[in-house]
Amino acid sequence: MTGSTASGTMPSGRLRLRLEARDQPGLLTHVAVSLLLLVAALLLAGVVMMVAGGNPLDVYRSMFGAGFGSKWGLNDTLVKMVPLTLASLGVALAFRMKMWNIGAEGQLLMGALAASGIALFAVPPDMPQWLALGLMAAAGAAGGAVWGIVPGWLRAQFGVNEIISTLMLNYVALSIVQFFVYGPWGERGFGLTPMFERNTWLPRLTEFADQWSALRGLTLHLGILAVPVAIVLLTILLNRTKFGFEIAMVGDNPDAARYAGVRLRRTMIIVMALSGALAGMAGMNEVSGVVHRLLEHISPGYGYTAIIVAWLGRFNPLAVAVVAFLFGGLIVGADEIQSAGISSLLQGVILFVMVSGNLLIRYRIRLRAPEMLE
Amino acid sequence: MIAFLTAVLASGVRTGTSVLFATLGELFTERAGVLNLGVEGMMLMGAMTGFGVTWLTGNPWLGILAAMVVGGMMALLHAFVALVLRAEQVVSGLALTFLGSGLSAVLGSPLVEVRQVDRIPTWPVPFLSQIPVLGPILFDHNFLVYIGFLLIPLCWFWIYRTRQGLELRAIGENPAAADVQGIKVMRQRILYVAFGGVMAGLGGATLSLALTPTWVEGLISGQGWVAVGLVIFAGWDPIRAMFGSYLFGALRRLPIDLQNFARFRANPSLGYFTSMLPYLFTIVALLTVSIGDIGRRWGAPAALGRAYVREDRDA
Repeated sequence: MTGSTASGTMPSGRLRLRLEARDQPGLLTHVAVSLLLLVAALLLAGVVMMVAGGNPLDVYRSMFGAGFGSKWGLNDTLVKMVPLTLASLGVALAFRMKMWNIGAEGQLLMGALAASGIALFAVPPDMPQWLALGLMAAAGAAGGAVWGIVPGWLRAQFGVNEIISTLMLNYVALSIVQFFVYGPWGERGFGLTPMFERNTWLPRLTEFADQWSALRGLTLHLGILAVPVAIVLLTILLNRTKFGFEIAMVGDNPDAARYAGVRLRRTMIIVMALSGALAGMAGMNEVSGVVHRLLEHISPGYGYTAIIVAWLGRFNPLAVAVVAFLFGGLIVGADEIQSAGISSLLQGVILFVMVSGNLLIRYRIRLRAPEMLE
Repeated sequence: MIAFLTAVLASGVRTGTSVLFATLGELFTERAGVLNLGVEGMMLMGAMTGFGVTWLTGNPWLGILAAMVVGGMMALLHAFVALVLRAEQVVSGLALTFLGSGLSAVLGSPLVEVRQVDRIPTWPVPFLSQIPVLGPILFDHNFLVYIGFLLIPLCWFWIYRTRQGLELRAIGENPAAADVQGIKVMRQRILYVAFGGVMAGLGGATLSLALTPTWVEGLISGQGWVAVGLVIFAGWDPIRAMFGSYLFGALRRLPIDLQNFARFRANPSLGYFTSMLPYLFTIVALLTVSIGDIGRRWGAPAALGRAYVREDRDA
């Protein structure tokens, strides 16, 4: 890949590679290049694993089998896909106005905390399930929204860099959760709260096994319904409403948006609130649908993975959900081989290769003989 | 009270040294017009490498050296992706952080069992360390702290008083003009990005070899991000970076220093709140420079985060 930037500095007299901008990269180019890059990323990560003393083929085989190889694997993958999709959609929404919300992890934790508070203290055992779940979802969204509004307001009002502030708030949120699960809400110092009442649990597929026996044992919960709902709502919001148009306008050119009458600060704060609310809903899903209690390690880094998922999905809601499904399988696979590090490593390599490969989408590489006149 | 404040400041200087190195490195990277958000990942790899090499060789200085090399190599990866391949710098930096945290966890998993390696030795400066108050704060530390003391004025001198510093500021503010002047923009940028990585590796190894001589997954716990924040707080100036780093260090150690008070020992849950302080401090630090007119006087390098493509110079 020599000579990719400079034209005058290369010695003449030999073949060289040149980059030509593509006019309008099509969808086919996008998909084809992306698949090619994914293969490259897996190869590269495999080399790293071999250096670290593992057998990448075995690792990939057991990871793929765990995530996608059976009904049970798919079940687990879909369970992980729910929080991942919600948090990623939040990140994608914020990015539509060129704001990097690196704080989905903290927003998820605050959502889980708020939903848990409701489940533990505001829901009597005889409350109807739909009402209990509705209250928890609202609290989860609110908890995440607060954690999005703070950096949104700091950015809108004072210009505080949101990358740093959202990330710092992740650690603050973790400390708050630790305070509650080891302190006032904790059970015997294990870093977890008591189990919630049954009426705060999102129903699982296995509960419908009497009608459909194929569902027996499946832990996928009804939170999965939030995925299509969120995709549709977000797509409508972004593409069909005045507010969505304003978001895109602010993202493209804040000055032009202001002259056009968009209230920048208000838009920024609302978008960060919605972004945080989506991540907060992810947290509510985890406590209500999966573990039925709050614990310190409620998230294996969903909020961080969400950044990668949102970027790989090119901030398009439907594409984000597809990538979230694949990454859900990746997390399940990493659980299977008991190495969270492998998952983080793979995510890093994939993101690296994909962002480098953007060049292949934007430019066409031409082999060219040196020109006569230089 | 004076004894307590002395202890807080002394441990602040010691604890802040790791983030100081990373901050100074990122400061040069950004001065050259490149944003590298991979500091956290480079520090993690530095901490793991430094600890591992020290365990293997028994020599902590070899560990420091290896950490610096690894940090520099990771930064070169960012330079290749962000500068040569012209990828988005934010995304490439994020990828570097993910890569560093994953790789350090995978490669470092055998090291978690290792309890003890040789640390960087402490050397109380003769006579000076006996001065009341100032002695413990400034002259009773491990060697890395003194290296930090030396680096701060050196960095300041390099940026503001040398020809190289002038060129550095030029490629960060106006790369096209620097190019016309005959400055090798691409080459210099790559070198400064590498320097940032070397310093981040050093900062990580400072943590694992002098401060908390151990390796666990995610040891850095956000200090790389703090470094990126402190560069903004510092207005891209090494002297202000020093104050920010040492203040952060003092707050980071505060939960442990406060154990000297009976009231805090009796109420351990307060520790969860004191441990938030360094992160809240970073946000408040950014807020103060945003509110004051400091931000306007010491703005970011004008070309920060933008790849320089010579063919597009006139566009």
